[in-house]
Amino acid sequence: MTSNSSLFQRTKVRVTDTVQATVPTDRVIQGVGLAQKAKRLAGLETPLVFTEEPIPDPADVPLEEIDVSNPFMNRQGQWYPYFARLREEAPVHYQPKSPFGPFWSITRYADIQAVDSNAEVFSAEPFIVLGPPPFNAEMFIAMDPPKHDVQRRAVQGVVAPKNLKEMESLIRERVQDVLDNLPTDRPFDWVERVSKEITGRMLATLLDFPFEQRHKLTYWSDTISGSADATGGTTHQDELFPAAVDLARNFTALWHDKAARRAAGEPDGFDLITLMQTSEDTKDLIKKPFEFLGNLTLLIVGGNDTTRNSMSGGVLALNRFPDEFEKLKADPKLIPNMVSEIIRWQTPLAYMRRVAKKDVYFGGQFIRKGDVVLMWYVSGNRDERKFENADDFVIDRKNARNHMSFGFGVHRCMGNRLAEMQLRILWEELLERFDRIDVVGEPGYVQSNFVKGYSDMQVQLTPKPVREQTPVRVEATSGA
Amino acid sequence: MGTITFVEHDGTPHQVELEDGTSLMELATNNGVPGIDGDCGGEASCGTCHVMVDDAWIATTGTRTELESQMVEMSPECGPNSRLACQLRATPALDGLTVHLPEFQM
Repeated sequence: MTSNSSLFQRTKVRVTDTVQATVPTDRVIQGVGLAQKAKRLAGLETPLVFTEEPIPDPADVPLEEIDVSNPFMNRQGQWYPYFARLREEAPVHYQPKSPFGPFWSITRYADIQAVDSNAEVFSAEPFIVLGPPPFNAEMFIAMDPPKHDVQRRAVQGVVAPKNLKEMESLIRERVQDVLDNLPTDRPFDWVERVSKEITGRMLATLLDFPFEQRHKLTYWSDTISGSADATGGTTHQDELFPAAVDLARNFTALWHDKAARRAAGEPDGFDLITLMQTSEDTKDLIKKPFEFLGNLTLLIVGGNDTTRNSMSGGVLALNRFPDEFEKLKADPKLIPNMVSEIIRWQTPLAYMRRVAKKDVYFGGQFIRKGDVVLMWYVSGNRDERKFENADDFVIDRKNARNHMSFGFGVHRCMGNRLAEMQLRILWEELLERFDRIDVVGEPGYVQSNFVKGYSDMQVQLTPKPVREQTPVRVEATSGA
Repeated sequence: MGTITFVEHDGTPHQVELEDGTSLMELATNNGVPGIDGDCGGEASCGTCHVMVDDAWIATTGTRTELESQMVEMSPECGPNSRLACQLRATPALDGLTVHLPEFQM
């Protein structure tokens, strides 16, 4: 069938492929950035800016006016009470005019699971954050099958449990090094010195990125996911595009550098670029630079603040529920289950976005084709219908592994075993060294409706007497 | 009603009593069989209850549905007899069934 629209599609693909193959990627991104800036200066586009104001209690807001896309909800501790009200009174809730446009909120565990598992009706395209990201990266998290499957399969080897076994001892070494260099005589920022540092090291390992420049991976990732238009964050567009250009240049160089080293006889490692270069499906991925960059970006973003905020969140949870810390110290074999409970309690990414591909009745509501639908994992993970005393942190909770922080269905987090492994190793090494891990004061919270995170957290450590410091090693579950 | 056997990747067998109508995933998790997680609670939406049905039994159980395929085919260990245990219901006809577990669940 040769309709006008399919001719247009084919032409578009041909042009895109040609551009990708001939114009250096960083120049393309630079071009997009300049075009956006021009639009802004001409008053044709107004980026969103958010100013914090006190959020009223949910009982004081008419149901139809409730807007949970406010990026200050987490900071003000208001998300939980708002979602409790929505779960009870309007589990499929429509907000007609948020700063990001209209959207549906799905807030009960069972309903979220149903939407997440139904990629035929609820599409992940064109993007999975609430508002438009600054440029259209080709990431498989925002693709539907069958294209999604091809792309995911191409890279999943890097975080497959088999590969994780190879990485475990290196990751452990790096965790040990971080922990052995922490001050124990005064409080320090856990987010900076532990969570960000360990996560940054892991990302550099995953990509075989120059270790001394690892902070760039964290910076690029934070900058991209901090777009105000996308998630209510604080990244200005003028910062965003230079970061994206830098990322494109560095990742392109990384590919060519690795190819040259392998050609010179360097033995194959377990990093992502090596895996791509040694697999039939992806050995020429550099010729599709936007696909290459998109998937690399996805991996650094996916593995960055999620793991970081779980590392910080676990410390906070054990402080808020001190009996659980005693339980943990008495029985370190609870570490793997605690890791799942940490990930549930924290829910590092508050939601994922979908678009209805057709009209559908759901939860007594009529969702129209094209409507934006948000699956609020942060709400589902606190749904009393699924988790008894859902707001409590219980390290031996029987159904902790049923949490939805990794999502469900074809997009279920590819890095989930890597995340679990890092957290397990962290807590094994922490329990070996420290008797107390005390949060001092209140943590700072990230401004975002997407990333549920900590900007800073002061912690004071009390080491165990050296003679009591024996290695803690526990059996992982069936992943890594 | 009979028993089925889950064989871990290292060859360790675990024999479990069949309970009519229960899924094989629930049978495994209720009986502490290591190597099956069932993270989504049995909705074919996590892929962590991957099992490989023995050749002698695949005609009885049948091969996987499309619903199972979209999850289990993401695993590098997926083979022709791969199924999601949460979609296999225990019946008397499965008495004596053996399934193998992959090295890893995704």
